[in-house]
Order: sequence, then structure tokens, then C-alpha cells
Amino acid sequence: MTEARPVEVPPADERGRVEQAASATVQSRLRGRFAEVRNLGLVGVLVVLAIVGIATTDGQFLTRSNILNILVSASIIGVVTVGMTFVIIGGGIDLSVGALVALASVWATTLATQSYGAFVMVICALLVGMGAGLVNGVLIAYGRLVPFIVTLAMLVSARGLAQSLSDRRTQLVTVPAINDIATTDVLGIPLLVYIFAAVIVIGWLVLNRSTFGRRTFAVGGNPEAARLAGIDIRRHTALLYVVSGLCCGIAAVMIMARTTTGSSTHGDLYELDAIAAVIIGGTLLTGGRGTLIGSILGVLVFTTITNLFVLNNLPTEVQNIAKGLIIVAAVLLQRRGRTAAVP
Amino acid sequence: MQALLTVNGVVKQFPGVRALDGVDLEVTAGEVHCLLGQNGAGKSTLIKVLSGAHRADAGEIRWQGEPVAFGTPIAALRAGLATIYQELDLVDGLSVAENIFLGHEPATLGFTRRGATNDAARTLLTRLGHPDIRPTREVGTLSAAGKQVVSMARALSHDAKLIVMDEPSAVLDSGEVENLFRVIRQLTADGVAVVYISHRLDEIRVIGDRVTVLKDGRTVAVGLPARTTPTAEVVRLMTGRSVEYAFPRAAAGAHDGAEILRVDALTRRGEFTDVSFTVHSGEIVGLAGLVGSGRSEIVETVYGARKPSAGTVTVDGRRLRPGSVRSAIRAGLGLAPEERKSQGLLLYEPVYRNISVSSLRRFARGGWVLPGRELAAAVEVAERLDVRPADPRRPVRTLSGGNQQKVVLARWLLRDCRLLILDEPTRGVDVGARTELYRVVRSLADRGVGVLLVSSEIPEVLGLADRVLVVSDGRIVHSGPTSEIDEPGVLDLVMEGAVA
Repeated sequence: MTEARPVEVPPADERGRVEQAASATVQSRLRGRFAEVRNLGLVGVLVVLAIVGIATTDGQFLTRSNILNILVSASIIGVVTVGMTFVIIGGGIDLSVGALVALASVWATTLATQSYGAFVMVICALLVGMGAGLVNGVLIAYGRLVPFIVTLAMLVSARGLAQSLSDRRTQLVTVPAINDIATTDVLGIPLLVYIFAAVIVIGWLVLNRSTFGRRTFAVGGNPEAARLAGIDIRRHTALLYVVSGLCCGIAAVMIMARTTTGSSTHGDLYELDAIAAVIIGGTLLTGGRGTLIGSILGVLVFTTITNLFVLNNLPTEVQNIAKGLIIVAAVLLQRRGRTAAVP
Repeated sequence: MQALLTVNGVVKQFPGVRALDGVDLEVTAGEVHCLLGQNGAGKSTLIKVLSGAHRADAGEIRWQGEPVAFGTPIAALRAGLATIYQELDLVDGLSVAENIFLGHEPATLGFTRRGATNDAARTLLTRLGHPDIRPTREVGTLSAAGKQVVSMARALSHDAKLIVMDEPSAVLDSGEVENLFRVIRQLTADGVAVVYISHRLDEIRVIGDRVTVLKDGRTVAVGLPARTTPTAEVVRLMTGRSVEYAFPRAAAGAHDGAEILRVDALTRRGEFTDVSFTVHSGEIVGLAGLVGSGRSEIVETVYGARKPSAGTVTVDGRRLRPGSVRSAIRAGLGLAPEERKSQGLLLYEPVYRNISVSSLRRFARGGWVLPGRELAAAVEVAERLDVRPADPRRPVRTLSGGNQQKVVLARWLLRDCRLLILDEPTRGVDVGARTELYRVVRSLADRGVGVLLVSSEIPEVLGLADRVLVVSDGRIVHSGPTSEIDEPGVLDLVMEGAVA
């Protein structure tokens, strides 16, 4: 493409324009603040949780090992949530993530796969995740089926396939290199946390700095306008589910390392945790708007709550009730923030 | 005679914007009161304040002599003030009768009485002169005009004494507008008042009794006589200028350029047949025709958004892949679609991202966007088209209709497109901004861009285009220079084909 050519336009009232521009800048800065406030709200929730933790756990909460423990627990569901954020901003939903984690972990830990060594196991997990994501994506984008239905079907059948591959038995990982992923520390921080951080950074860059990320917002916000603007919305939609599948594959490797097993019960209800984290992170469930940082903060909030309950020896039932309340409270808070921000 | 509705010095402040800054309005029973003003003059805000969707910050609203403040749209509706928005709020999957009585269905113990509902709906529809609409018909199967009648019936079902209509004619063709006017006269004869908002001055002359003009959130004229106030005066009040549409003339020798677009025997079964025409560099070709004549379908098929059943589209000698938008864009086509909000804009996204969306690859290396270059390029075209406010980070949904249209044009300008397709480019755009848009379009053509213009407003086609194609019933019934045909001539061709 060559340089755009100039067009003559009627002269503008310069003074009015400068004034308008100035007030507009102030406004957009204010709007920016409000967007930050939304994420700050979640940071505030984290701070409150930390204070509660310090007050109730007799010094156990604010220890190095407990903080790392929280981060490690957050890392696996966190990676899944990164993929979920892409899908939801792109106007879809992926209910199959938990089942894909299970399927990838089982497939990568069969005796046959393990006999090829750690590298092949990792590649296998990633390919299984991406392949299943591609099936989701193709059915949704080219088969014009509803994402909810397609990924629900995938949830059921992927877990079924995982069960039949493993004969419902837990498969032990005998390759030391895989187990090392969970036990290796670099500079005193577990490798799992580094993987989590790397996925966040890459995810953030792709979402905010790449053409793929831009198109994700466009496709999710207004698919018809995106199509007429020349975006191949079907291919893009299909790719979003591949991204989600890839994240599931990575999470599968991490869970294999952490538990030293592959099992058809891995990743149970991950879909709900991931969707909940994305939503309390401020992403619109209808697509087109959202942030990755919000989703990550959502994951951290949930993981910290779990941690607090474990430290205080409270039953998981109470924990689930608290999670439900937090989801509703977070969404209510965001609604208020949004109406205040929009003139 | 006591006024039905009196508005005095109403002020509405939004963060950073004073949308209403002292508005007066007085509506008496049985009149059609026209509300005029440019986009951004505060008409929409005023409607929302009246209908209870917004609350006024200052000022007084009197309804039948009593000061009121409607807290919610339902409160306003109960008091007898109904609003019919441009985007009709009907439920497509329900029947006509169910829509009319939505929320206040005749019911016994929570069970709706279908017979009674249908009878009551039939009575209302007959009162509006439309006994032809069956109460049991599904609303989704009705035309835009039919849906409007249903909306009015719904207003009447609440015993509305005042109905506010926001640009009701925007989605109608001329025959349907006649019908709308008949319905409005029926209403006013019964003593119902109508606040009528339209950008078409000729309509206001026909249907209006009095005119109130808004400008920059203020009332600049209250209750002018609609039929006798000179057009120039009304336009001057709205714009502060005293010109009507000024159509810019083409630069000398600009449109004997090379052929860009050739459409050959294009057919889409059930929509249009055997359509052939060409567009040359620097030329503006207008497609005139009624809504439903096939004009929008033709241009969307040229653009690849619909797949033709036969025929070819050739750009610069290369045949486009049928039904592929991407192939069309690569060849240098750009579309400003008819439905700006649902087809053209990414409403949540800021202005600059709406402009760059079709040329992202130009600002990217290996899939990574270089944000500085993207923003700078978008700002440059936005400035050339004078998009206001001049803040590229502002969400595009906060802009007025005319400025949103400019954002869509800027998108294709940035892509350096060869042929621009404009489908109803001035719908919902006010008088002042229209003249500016016309100038922008003409200057693009003078730079060698070919323009294919679709409009239901015949003066617009005749004023702006070099050549006109008249479409009727899916066929091109006339093709020739705009200088050789006048408005009645085009209208004749259009109506004739529609009747035949």
C-alpha cells in the first residue's frame, strides 16, 4: 500500500477544536482511571484477603512458602484462564477446558508415550490440547454451531476418551524430567511459577500488541463489522479455540509434573473456575471487552481464598459459598464502576 | 388552551458534557410538534429526559399543568407519554398482539387471555388504519413500517396522550412515509400530540404544525409555524449558517479516468437480476431506488458480503472471487455500510482502532502492532476528515452520527482504497454535517477514487453523483448522467417499476 493521499476538508474553527480536544483528553484520562479502578478493586480485595490471612492464621499466611504455595496453586488454573480470556473476549466460551487438561494429561502419560521420553510427552500434551481446540473451533466457526453446545459436547467426550484411554486408572509419570518441572526452583522460585508468568506475559503481548489480539476484540465486539472490515472471522474464531486448547495442553504438563500422574479426573470443574475468574476480572461475557490482568487477579483472588480456608481448617463447602458470593459481589461492583464511567 | 407538556430551562449534565443547557418546549394536545437540531444538539438527551430514562439536573417539566419528574420510562408511560425509538424495542419472536400488550397483558390469575388480547390489538390497529395487520402474526415477519405501526399501537394501548417519535421515517421508503403520515393524522385527530423528530425538512413541511429548534443543548426557536417558516431560516437556526445542502461540483476533467469497477450481468436470485454497470476513476455513480428495490443487495454483492448466483465483478481488470469480502478489499474496495452501528463500527473500541482495523497489517511487523505508528496514521486521516471531538482514544460510540460516518470513511481512506461504496452515508446525519460529508466524498473522487453511492434521497443522488442508475424491482431501469434527469423523472421511474 502506498501513502494515503491528502483530502481537502473545510477549515475548522481552530479555537473550538483546541478546547474540545483539551476537554476530551481530560475525559479520556478520567475514563482510563476508571478502567484502572476496576482492576484496583480486585487488588483491594486481595489486600483485604491478605489482612484477613495475617489476622487469622497466626503468622502462617505471610510466609515465603505460603505465598509461593498460593502462586503455584494459581499457576495451573491461571494458564487455563489466559486461554479462556481470549475465547471470551472473542465472543465465545469454552466449557471443555477441564476435560482437555484431563485428556492431554492422560494421552501424554500412556506407557507408549512415556517410552519416548519427556520431550515427546510435552509435545503430545500440547498437540492433544490444540487438536481438540481445533475441533471445537472448526465446528463453531465453519459448522456454525453454538460455542456453548460444541464445547459442552467436547467436555463430555474428551473426559470419556480420557477415561477409556486410561481405563479409569491413574497413570504414574515415570519420566523424571517431567516430575522435575514441579520440583525445580530457580532463584528460590518454583519453575511452575515461571511458566505461569511466561504465559501471562506472552498472552498479554498477543492480546494487546499483536494483530491477532486486535482482531480478537473486533470479532468479539461486532462480528458483522469485523467481517465487512475484511477480517476472516471464521478462521479467527477457530484459532481462538486452538489458543485455549494450547493453554490446556500447557496446564496438563504442569499438572502431570505437580501430581506426578496423568488422570481422567484432572482439571475437574476448571471450566467454572476459569470462567468465574475471567468474569470477576471485568471481561464482558458477550465479548469485545476485557483485560488479561483482570482475569489473572481473579485467579489470584480465588486461590487466596482457598489458601485461607485451608490454613484455617475450614470445610470446602463454606469455601464454595464464599466463592459464589465473591463472584456476585465483584460483578455488582464492576457494574457500578461502569455506569459511573460512561457519560 | 393549556399546554399538554411544558418544558422550561431543562439542564442535563454528563461528566464533561453539558448535553442540555436550558431547553424549552411546549406541546399542545392534537398537534404534531417537530423537534429539529443537528446531531449532538441534545435531541436524544431531551427525549430521554422526557421519557424518564434520564433525570434532569435543573429546570421544570410540567405534564398537563402539573410539575413532574418521571423516574423511570414506565412511570412516563403510565402517565401517557410514550416514546418510539429509532431502534424499535419489539420482541421479534412474539405475536403482534403480545408485543402491543407486553408488560400489561389482559390476564386472569396470571394467565393471559389470548382472545381478549387479540381483540383489543385488532381495535387499536384498526384505529391506526391498519386492520390488515393480523394480531396473531409474528412481529419478526413484519416490515420496518409494520413494526412501527405495532409500536404506535403499543403506545396507544397505554392511553398515550403524547407520542415521541425519533426519526420514524429513517427506515421507511416514500410510500411507507405517506402511510406513516396518515397514521399520525389519525392520532392527532383523536387529540393525541406527537413530537416528531426528523432530519428531512420536506417531511416537516407536510406533517408538522410547529417546530422547535435545538442547537448546542439550547432552544434557539420555540414553536415556529412548520409550514411557513422559510427553509433557509430553519437551516440557519440549526447551523448558524444560511446554506442548505451545497453539493460540491467535480473538478474539471476529473472523471474521465480509467475504469475501476465493472459489474457484469450480476444476479442474485430473488433479489436482483442482470445488473451491469461500470464506475470510473474520479466518478461518483449513484444508485437510486426504494428500500427493498435491491440497491443495498447489489452493492453488498459487489463488495462480496453476499454471494451472487450469476455474473462477475471486475476491479482494475481482475475478477473478484464471488462472495469474498477479503478479495474485494484486497482489490481496493471499501464499504460504508447502511447500518453504521451494527455493520460498520466496533462500538467499544476507540476511534483510532476503528480506523486502523482494516489496515492493521501495515502497522505490524511479524504480527506485532507498532502502536505509535498506528495511532499517528489514524490521527492524521481523522484530522483530514475533521472527526470531532479530536480525541482518537475516545470510544467511537460517544461520537455523533456524522462523525461516526467519518470514522468509517477514514478507515478506507487509510487503506488508500480505489473504490468506495457508500450505502446511505447520510442516514441519521444532520444538515450541517451532511454538507461536509458531501465535500469529503467529492474531494475523494477528485483524487481519483471511484464512488458508488446508494441513497433513498433522490436529491442527494442527483446532487452528488455524476451518473445515476435507477433501480426498481431488482433491475436497473435507467442509466445516464445526472444532468439529464431531474427528481420527478427519477421518482417516476422508481414508482413505475414498483407498481408494475
